Amino acid sequence: MNLDVDITMKRGEFRLSAGFSVVGQRTGVFGPSGSGKSTLMLALAGLARPDSGHIVLDGRTLFDSRKRINVTPEKRRIGVVFQHAHLFPHMSVTRNLFYGYKRIPEAERKISPDTLIEVLGISHLLSRNVSGLSGGERQRVALGRTVLASPRLILMDEPLTGLDQNLKYQIIPYLLRVLDEFGVPMLFISHSVKEMRLMTENVLVFSKGRVEDILPVEDLARKNMAAGDHSYTNMITVKDPRPRNGLWEYRWGDHTLILTEPGCEGDNVFELSAKDIMLFKRHPEASSARNLLSCSVLGTFNVGNRLGVELACGGERLVCQIVPEAAEEMDIRAGGSVVAAIKATAFGRVF
Amino acid sequence: MTALSPQDIHAVILSVKVAVAATLISAPLGFAVAYVFVYLRFPGKSILEGVINLPLVLPPVVVGYLLLITLGRRGVFGPLLEHLGIQIVFTLKGAVLASVVVGFPLLVRSIRIGMETIDHDYIRAARTLGAGWFDSLFTVILPLSGRALLAGMSLMFARSLGEFGATIVLAGNIPSVTQTIPLAIYDYTNTPGGDASALALCLVSVLLSFAVLMLSEMSARSLKKGRDA
Repeated sequence: MNLDVDITMKRGEFRLSAGFSVVGQRTGVFGPSGSGKSTLMLALAGLARPDSGHIVLDGRTLFDSRKRINVTPEKRRIGVVFQHAHLFPHMSVTRNLFYGYKRIPEAERKISPDTLIEVLGISHLLSRNVSGLSGGERQRVALGRTVLASPRLILMDEPLTGLDQNLKYQIIPYLLRVLDEFGVPMLFISHSVKEMRLMTENVLVFSKGRVEDILPVEDLARKNMAAGDHSYTNMITVKDPRPRNGLWEYRWGDHTLILTEPGCEGDNVFELSAKDIMLFKRHPEASSARNLLSCSVLGTFNVGNRLGVELACGGERLVCQIVPEAAEEMDIRAGGSVVAAIKATAFGRVF
Repeated sequence: MTALSPQDIHAVILSVKVAVAATLISAPLGFAVAYVFVYLRFPGKSILEGVINLPLVLPPVVVGYLLLITLGRRGVFGPLLEHLGIQIVFTLKGAVLASVVVGFPLLVRSIRIGMETIDHDYIRAARTLGAGWFDSLFTVILPLSGRALLAGMSLMFARSLGEFGATIVLAGNIPSVTQTIPLAIYDYTNTPGGDASALALCLVSVLLSFAVLMLSEMSARSLKKGRDA
């Protein structure tokens, strides 16, 4: 995806003035509510008309105030997954799914419905009526409906916000699998750093109707760590769970991690707070922490009165947080080596 | 109780004809006007709303008289209608038109209330899925305002069955031509010894209205059932 946007819009008191250019499959639009994220979404989809400027997607002009181009929403082929699924209440799940599919020329139908239904795990819902679905099921059907219309770009407007905490992250693997499988680029709108880290590569940071920054999602997470009292959270993707003495063993890069959480097939994602990692200068021989990982220090960065230490760990990366005094005593510097101790209970399942 | 005379039966048939015609003619029109009021913004919208709603507050006789002086032979549109060979005054067309104009604000109000509750994101979703404006109108807005439309149509039908003032001015009270049930009852009440016949027609009127109510209730329920099942 290559999206070039430069628009201004005035809505009552609110003024959106967004100029940016992004390349990549998964881009995030991050900002607090009222920062203009949703207005931008409406403008991109053609549901609201900017006052001036242009929108160009992959070389195709969708809006240009000077050339008087304003492609209608149905011709833009930009799919939207709304915050509250918005499945049509008067249609069955199947009719909802195929609403967009039936409206595009046969030659442009790039997505196989059967494969998609399987990837989303919704085959058992097809004959059901929309009102009987749970929040997560609704959002999966809504995603399917959008993807089946073979969009050039999918806009996701806080698709996880309406879901309850447990369900929220269970749906992410489906989203990622669909985007991977069918190669559809996506713009993911959210105010949650955690969702951004799970879903996107680069992030547009919005504030008061303007694009404040474009940066890799990892930098956003660190900036966020520095900004408030949030601790940095490592997102750990592990594979191949095996039970071991009542605990679970996972493969993480070249290392093996021991966790208390049981695992499931495929990728398992856990969060690990940077505060929950302890560093040792030398291997402590015996420890109550079940995971002792030899790492090399890649670098350090300041976070208020604390220090973030970035570690390379068997092909993976880990960020931990210590106080500067400790770093001085241990002589932590780039290129040095340390042992990271992590308790088996420190990992929290994301999905 | 006296049985209905052939003339009474004719009045019943005419009443039903007028009500059916008025309802069918005004339903699509009412839907379009409700759409305009709910979704479009343009200068002069409140004036148009006022004009459409005027018959709701005007005495029906006034509405009938205004129609008479605009559509009558010597009215503003008289020559044009005569040229087209259309006669409205003192015909069944006049009775239908009187019902349409008087019942229209009720119909529009009812559809509008239903349409206003439709979440705009449904329409947005349809548009981004490749449905044009017209397409989304028929596949999303119309089905989702189905119950309101039905409610409006039954109101319209009931109002047409009872229409008196505008009809008597515009279409007159000609037995077997424009005499509907209310007009026939009015005639009987002015005739000595007509009470029994008036009462018989009243009973028919009650039965008809009740049937319409039941029918609309039932279809609204099946519409809801179709959605929730």
